[in-house]
Amino acid sequence: MNNAPHIEVRDLTMAYGDFVVQRDLSFTVNSGDIFVIMGGNGCGKTTLMRHLIGLQRPARGEVFYHGEDFWNAAPEERERMKRRLGILFQGGALWSSLTIAENVALPLGEYTALPAGKINEVVSFKLALVGLAGFEEFYPSELSGGMRKRAGIARAMALDPEILVIDEPSSGLDPLIARRLDDLIMELRNSLGTTIVVITHDIASILTIGNNSIYLDTERHTMIATGNPRTALEHGAPNVRRFLSRGEVRA
Amino acid sequence: MQAITGYFFLIRESPYFYEHAPRPGRPIRQSGNKAIMNTQALTEPGPAWRLTTRKLSDKELEVTLSGRWCLNEQLPPVRELEAAFFEGLTTLRVVVTELGEWDTGLPAFFAGVVKMGAERGFTVEQRGLPEGVERLITMAFAVPEQAVAGRRARPAGLFDRVGTATMEFFRTAPEMIRFLGEITLSFGRLFTGRARFRLSDLWLEIEEVGPRALGIVSVISFLVGLILAYLGADQLKMVGAQIFIADLVAIGMVREVGALMTGIIIAGRTGAAFAAQLGTMQVNEEIDAFRTLGISQVDFLVLPRMLALMLMVPLLTLYASFVGMLAGLLVSATIFDIGMFEYYTETLRSLTLKHFFVGLSKGTVYGAMVAFSGCLRGIQCGRNAEAVGRAATSAVVTGILLITITASLMTIIFYRLGI
Repeated sequence: MNNAPHIEVRDLTMAYGDFVVQRDLSFTVNSGDIFVIMGGNGCGKTTLMRHLIGLQRPARGEVFYHGEDFWNAAPEERERMKRRLGILFQGGALWSSLTIAENVALPLGEYTALPAGKINEVVSFKLALVGLAGFEEFYPSELSGGMRKRAGIARAMALDPEILVIDEPSSGLDPLIARRLDDLIMELRNSLGTTIVVITHDIASILTIGNNSIYLDTERHTMIATGNPRTALEHGAPNVRRFLSRGEVRA
Repeated sequence: MQAITGYFFLIRESPYFYEHAPRPGRPIRQSGNKAIMNTQALTEPGPAWRLTTRKLSDKELEVTLSGRWCLNEQLPPVRELEAAFFEGLTTLRVVVTELGEWDTGLPAFFAGVVKMGAERGFTVEQRGLPEGVERLITMAFAVPEQAVAGRRARPAGLFDRVGTATMEFFRTAPEMIRFLGEITLSFGRLFTGRARFRLSDLWLEIEEVGPRALGIVSVISFLVGLILAYLGADQLKMVGAQIFIADLVAIGMVREVGALMTGIIIAGRTGAAFAAQLGTMQVNEEIDAFRTLGISQVDFLVLPRMLALMLMVPLLTLYASFVGMLAGLLVSATIFDIGMFEYYTETLRSLTLKHFFVGLSKGTVYGAMVAFSGCLRGIQCGRNAEAVGRAATSAVVTGILLITITASLMTIIFYRLGI
């Protein structure tokens, strides 16, 4: 079973009622991949994420984790599979009534047997990793947008998930912090073997960290498998090259 | 003091006996060895984490980590090391050997040791830490910790709290008055035709607060009318004048209770909604967007809501009074043997126009009070989900408080005026 790819999506069709967002999506994400989901605004990137993490049921098609069918599994099985995921939502989605430290501590308190003192240590370390050491006692409303995003990443990786799903990590971050975050993402992959699925528009980041990718086409409502983004920039389909070069290459 | 060139430790209890042979001639230190064992049963293969400490000299302490360091085990807090600390400790040597599986539990532990070293003034050296852990720790220490003083909430004493509450009152009271002033100015602009808001908004609000509230207003005023009738029947029976139930219900509903009950229903139903709407807009910076465009948020958001309530609450009051009287009629006719026609003529005889004037003016004022408190709390709302909840609660409380205060004031004034 462990030979199966970490995430496999087969013939996935996503729709809101009659409106088909994307159809016939098929791709695999291997263990230790940094998998980039690219595409224009409104092409369904976040919707795809919601299908992967169990928030929205596909109109058609399947999602497999390590060869296990996610959507056709029993609810408690699905809960177990979901626990392997760490998710950063686009807006951070921090719980506003909890401090930053409490936000990161909550999953640790729920799903590990660590004593409270140990949880605080782990929380401090995770916050330090995203450059927020010392902000433990702040409430989300007291932080800037970029800080909230980073705190969201700290919460997403609280449990050292097998798969980290990150929606727009670098939007709202200054270039230096965005770069640091890229380094962190790569380090998590290198040292912990985390599989990372990242939705981003940041071309520099896509080309630096991604080793596999898909492009969701807005007009044709389906995907283009693009492989390594650096190769796609040179040899990919015209609209992918256009996307990756910010319109410099004429389609 | 001896130079440490070789490491030796021994844990007899452990099935994973490990011995690094000491160099010849080096004394074996066994006394003072401490082993903290993880006794938790493992579900996954591989030895559990182990942490042993050994005093190397008067200045040096060796801490040895091995086994599996994952968050799903009961990892030890760094503080547990303190038991092994001694006076004059200057160097802590962390040795990692026979490491099993690890995740961020390991770097978190090591980072905690380094932090503790910085606090207590000893240096931390390490050997055998995986490269990945080292890199993660480097990343964690790349941004210096933000020193934020006084973040932790201290328990406030009685005086402290009373003082804070008083200052809060003197801060918010002028805010209320200023808001009242802004609304007055906005009404001035409305009457001179310069207020900027959309008529469609006004109609939407009117529909929301008026027709959609008919159901709940009907139920409550019917029951209140019934209560009034029973109350009157009991008291008037003693003087044999049960026909005056009609007067009691009619005047009571039209003058006071109709408006009061409607006001309270609207405060709970609409006042809370206004506060939540405007509060969420505050969270989303929508109100700031109006402000930067030079559009008065009072004109655009508060005025239509205020107008809608001031128009609809009197109408709802009238309706509530009617339903209340209907309840009185039904109760009197079926239970207290008063003829329907008698009740009807007695009601007509008791009601004069001035009672309607009193009821309608109260309805209008209560509507304004509810809109005022709802919009005020919405605009004052903070920028998070909790604040929106507080704004809605506070809008209802303020609304009902204002309604009861004005109700008593107006009752006294109308009595003095003989209306």
